[in-house]
Amino acid sequence: MRIVVDLNRCQGYAQCCYAAPEHFELRGHEILFYDPAPPERERARIERAQQACPVRAISIEPADLAEQDEP
Amino acid sequence: MSDMETAGIVVVGGSLAGLRGAEALRNGGYTGPLTIVGDEPYPPYDRPPLSKHVLAGALDAASTELPRLVRLNARWRLGQTVVALDRIARVIGLADGSAIPFQSLLVATGAQARRWTRAGSELAGVFTIRTRDDAAALRSALASVPARVLIIGGGLIGCETASCCSDLGLPTTLVDSNPAPLSRVLGATVGNVIAGCMMDAGVDFRASTHVDALEGAFGKVVRARLSDGSAIETDLVVVALGAVRETGWLSRAGLLADSGGLTCDSACRALNVEGQPDLNIFAAGDVARWPNAHYGDRLMTVEHWGNAIEQAEHAARNILSDPSDQNAYRHLPAFWSSQFGINIKTVGSAEGAEAAAITQGSLSSRRFLAVYGREGHTVAAVSFDEARWLPSYARRIEIKATFPPVPGAIDQERVDVVDPGFPAPRELAGATSSVRQEAAHA
Ligand SMILES: Cc1cc2nc3c(=O)[nH]c(=O)nc-3n(C[C@H](O)[C@H](O)[C@H](O)COP(=O)(O)OP(=O)(O)OC[C@H]3O[C@@H](n4cnc5c(N)ncnc54)[C@H](O)[C@@H]3O)c2cc1C
Ligand code: SF4
Repeated sequence: MRIVVDLNRCQGYAQCCYAAPEHFELRGHEILFYDPAPPERERARIERAQQACPVRAISIEPADLAEQDEP
Repeated sequence: MSDMETAGIVVVGGSLAGLRGAEALRNGGYTGPLTIVGDEPYPPYDRPPLSKHVLAGALDAASTELPRLVRLNARWRLGQTVVALDRIARVIGLADGSAIPFQSLLVATGAQARRWTRAGSELAGVFTIRTRDDAAALRSALASVPARVLIIGGGLIGCETASCCSDLGLPTTLVDSNPAPLSRVLGATVGNVIAGCMMDAGVDFRASTHVDALEGAFGKVVRARLSDGSAIETDLVVVALGAVRETGWLSRAGLLADSGGLTCDSACRALNVEGQPDLNIFAAGDVARWPNAHYGDRLMTVEHWGNAIEQAEHAARNILSDPSDQNAYRHLPAFWSSQFGINIKTVGSAEGAEAAAITQGSLSSRRFLAVYGREGHTVAAVSFDEARWLPSYARRIEIKATFPPVPGAIDQERVDVVDPGFPAPRELAGATSSVRQEAAHA
């Protein structure tokens, strides 16, 4: 699956890191490092991270779009 | 050509602005034909990780594809370059000789890395970083352990690259024509904090110096000659000298375009050479130069991620609106960068600032918030690892709050006003001298 984090918006609150520690990690004081292409089976956890983010910085490609519109 | 009924909307450029612009058209209720033409062979991907986690080896260049957020039902023409535009017939021409008619055109062709054009440009071992392929090629060259990496240019991408190279344990030299890294973006006063990080990380920073020539042996780079008469033995050179825009197909069609961008009116509609907007051609993202009402209608290009999305969404709304009902695009620039373990974030445009004040933390601790002032107003703020303060400053910039900030008004005891140390503005090829550019993400 494909995700992106708006790092202008991200405040380094690290809520996503608690929700899905394998895919979101804080480095240094506040650099968010995340996996832009986590495996599809992790979707529930990634969605939990999205919901946990207080500034709604995480965008996730909906499952039903993944197979559509392939260039 | 086929009739205009079926021509629909065509987006040129299949990257961040192109994708988000196309999605905004569908979100805005557009159900007609939609075509996206992009000259890279890949679906839209994200560039910021390329000069950070991809070079560091933490992410694969292929893993950076952008999520689709809306069903597009678009016709994608990837690996195709648009080379011609006929504004009267409303048709674009592709490099393969085919033509696509349009009702409205969204130009989202971004920018390209400025190449090395002085002596040695033909040598192997000389890299730039703009595309996924560039980053993958540079990453594999770094992984084969070069003897010394030379980075030319201390802008955002040059400094991020230096940070990755030093993390990889590679001997690294960075040559910059300014007295400090990031001088054009943040001024030398803040830039010197990064110079300090470079010194601690063992990066050899050469201030106020130019590379005059690259020299090779057997077709591969071996040495750089510097303006101070010295030479650096290097087998891998990264040219990080900013970006140019390939707009020849637009200027040949009578639009006001050059390597600095495609000039638009406040509604993101492209201007022709007479200065009149073409009502069917819009632009967004790194390629667009428009009068930003936020800065007194100063013509600006903003080469940052957030603008590509916001401007593409704005242009899409105007495309779907009546020509008599167009909204001006007002934008407060913002970007982030990460390097040497520090999260750098800014809001506003520090360019041309006459004064700066450290309002939280200190330069010496490398954790601080600096605000920039021009003509008595707050115009920008930068945070080094103090991102939580930034939103309140965004508000102050929006309302053009007084600079320097009144002590006690926020929660500092005393504000020292310092010279931000911006270099004199550089002359831009093809642009009138009154056109000042936004600091590029380059
Ligand atoms: C290495 C790197 C790191 C960055 N890091 C950050 C960061 O940390 N923070 C930040 O805010 N910003 C960052 N940026 C800037 C950000 O990525 C850009 O602002 C953004 O990509 C602009 O999007 P765009 O769609 O306007 O242009 P682009 O991403 O440049 O896309 C334009 C697309 O159009 C295609 N194209 C061009 N001409 C034609 C043609 N004639 N026919 C068909 N297709 C064409 C191009 O090949 C390209 O695919 C970074 C940029 C780079 C290169
Ligand atoms: S929860 Fe949101 S704000 Fe916090 S680190 Fe994650 S993305 Fe950033």
